[in-house]
Amino acid sequence: MSRLDGPVPFRGGGFAPRDRAWAAAATLIGVVALWQAGASAGVIPTLFLPAPVSIARALWALTVSGELWKHLSASLIRLAVGWTVGTLFGIGMGLAVGLWSVLRSPGMALVSALFPIPKIALVPLFIIWFGIGEGSKLATLAFGVFFPTVIATAGGVDNVPRGLIRMGQSFGLSHAAIVRKIVLPAALPAILSGFRVTSSIAIVLLVAAEMIGAERGIGAFVLSAGNLYDTDNLLAGIVVLSVLGLAVSWVIGRLERLFLAWRA
Amino acid sequence: MNTGLRLTVDGVGHHYGGMQALSGISLVAEPGEVMVLVGPSGCGKSTLLGIMGGMLAPTEGTVRCVGEIPPDCLNPLTYVFQDFSLLPWRTVAGNVALVLEDRLSRADCSARVAEVLALTGLTEFARAWPRQLSGGMRQRVGIARALAVRPACLLLDEPLSALDAQTRDLLLEEFAALITQAGTTTVYVTHNLAEAVRLGHQIVVLSRRPGQVREVLRVDRPLAGRGAADPDLVALEQCLWRMIRDDAAVAERERIDVAS
Ligand SMILES: Nc1ncnc2c1ncn2[C@@H]1O[C@H](COP(=O)(O)OP(=O)(O)OP(=O)(O)O)[C@@H](O)[C@H]1O
Ligand SMILES: [Mg+2]
Repeated sequence: MSRLDGPVPFRGGGFAPRDRAWAAAATLIGVVALWQAGASAGVIPTLFLPAPVSIARALWALTVSGELWKHLSASLIRLAVGWTVGTLFGIGMGLAVGLWSVLRSPGMALVSALFPIPKIALVPLFIIWFGIGEGSKLATLAFGVFFPTVIATAGGVDNVPRGLIRMGQSFGLSHAAIVRKIVLPAALPAILSGFRVTSSIAIVLLVAAEMIGAERGIGAFVLSAGNLYDTDNLLAGIVVLSVLGLAVSWVIGRLERLFLAWRA
Repeated sequence: MNTGLRLTVDGVGHHYGGMQALSGISLVAEPGEVMVLVGPSGCGKSTLLGIMGGMLAPTEGTVRCVGEIPPDCLNPLTYVFQDFSLLPWRTVAGNVALVLEDRLSRADCSARVAEVLALTGLTEFARAWPRQLSGGMRQRVGIARALAVRPACLLLDEPLSALDAQTRDLLLEEFAALITQAGTTTVYVTHNLAEAVRLGHQIVVLSRRPGQVREVLRVDRPLAGRGAADPDLVALEQCLWRMIRDDAAVAERERIDVAS
C-alpha cells in the first residue's frame, strides 16, 4: 500500500509550443555569425560560399545601383499576375467541380491527369505556344497554381456542412446566395491553406521560367551571376528569394488572421 | 393578432427507398396554434416536419398552407434547428441578419436585428462569435434568426434537446412567451412530454414506424397561464407517457436489434 499526502500534482500542461521570437532571431543570428566566423578564419572557401558580409555588401551595391529593383519588380509583376490568374481560374473551377455533379467527374478526371505533370517540363511547350516573352512565363505560373487551387477549393466545398446548406435553403436563400454566404466562407480555410502551397509553387516556377530566356527577373539574375562565377551576387539573389518567400507567407498569415478570426 | 397560416396535411405518407416511414397522416394546424408532435424515436417526426416545411417532398399526399402573408414576412415557413445551425464565421448579429441584409434597407435590417436580439436577451452579444456562446445562447440566436424574418409559421425540431435541463426550462418559458406574442402557427417536435403539455394547443401522438396519427389531444388552456405544477397538465403528461411508453420500449428494442 502506498499513501498519498500533499497537493495534487499538476499534469494538465500537454504540449503547448509557444512562439518565442527571441529564440527564432537568436538562432538565425547565431548561424550567420558562425558562418561569418568560419569565412573570416578561412575554414569556409569564400569562392564557393561567400561570407555574409560580402553578400550584404553585394546586396547593398545592387540596391544602390537600382539593379535589384529592376529584377525584383519584373519578378513581382510576373508572380502577382501569374498567381492571380491561376488562383481565380482555380477557385472558379474548384467551385464548379464541387457544386455541380455534371462537371464533377470530367473536371476531376482532367485535374488528376494534368496535376502530376511537372510544370517545368511544360515551359518549352509554352514558349512555342506563347512565345519566349512574358506569355510563356505567366502561363507556366498560372498553370502551376491552377491545379492545387482547384483541388484545395473542391475539397473545401466538399467539406461544407450539409446542415448549413439545408439551413440556407430553409430560409429561402437563392443558389447564388448560398454559394456566397455559406459555401465560399466555409471553404475559405481550405482555400487559404491552398494559398500557402500555391505561393511557394509559384516562386519555384517563377525562378525556373526566368532561367529560360529572360533578361530581367531574380531567376535570370541568379543564373547569369552563376555563369560568371559571381557567387556574391548569386547568393544575394538567393537571399532576395528567401525574403520574398517569407514576405509572401507573412501576407498569407495576415489574410488568415483577417478572414478566419472566427475560428481562433 | 393571429397572423399565422393554416397548415393542412392531407393523407401524407413517405417512404425512404423501401422503408415506409410515415403513412396516412392528416392534420390541421390552425392559424396561431401550436401543434406538438410526439412519438417514439424513429417514428418519423422529423420526416413529417420536413414535409410540412417543404424541405422534403412526400411520396404520398399533400401539404397546403393557406393564409395572408404580411408584407414584412420574409420567409413564411421558418425552421429552428436542433443543432442551431449557426454560421460560425458570422457574429450573432450577422447570423440574425442572414436573410434580412439582402431584402431590407440597411437601417431596417439593423433595426430588426436589434429588436429580435433584445427580445431574446442577446443585445450585449451582438458582436460575439458563435463559438463564444453557451449552448442556450446559441439556440437563442437560432430563435432570433427565425423571428427576424417574421415567419407566418415556425417549425421547430427538438430545439431544446441539445441543452441541459436548466437551460431547457428557461428557454421553454421564453418560447411560450415569444410564440404567444408573435401569434405564429407553430409546429414543435419533441421527445419531452413536459414540453409538449407546456406548449401544445394540439398534441399529436404518432405511433411507432410506420408513423401514423395515434391520438390528437387538445389543450385549451392559454399558454400564458400554464404552470409546471398544474395538476391537469401533470395528469395529461402521465396520460401521454402511458400512451407512448409501450411503443417507445418496442422502438428501443428494435434499435438494439438493428445495432446488434
Ligand atoms: N434520409 C433518410 N434516408 C433513409 N432513411 C431515413 C432518412 N431519414 C430518416 N430515415 C428513417 O426514417 C425513419 C423516421 O426518421 P425520422 O428522423 O423522421 O424519425 P424521428 O421521429 O424524427 O426520430 P427521432 O425522434 O430519433 O429524431 C427512421 O427509421 C429513419 O431511420
Ligand atoms: Mg428527429
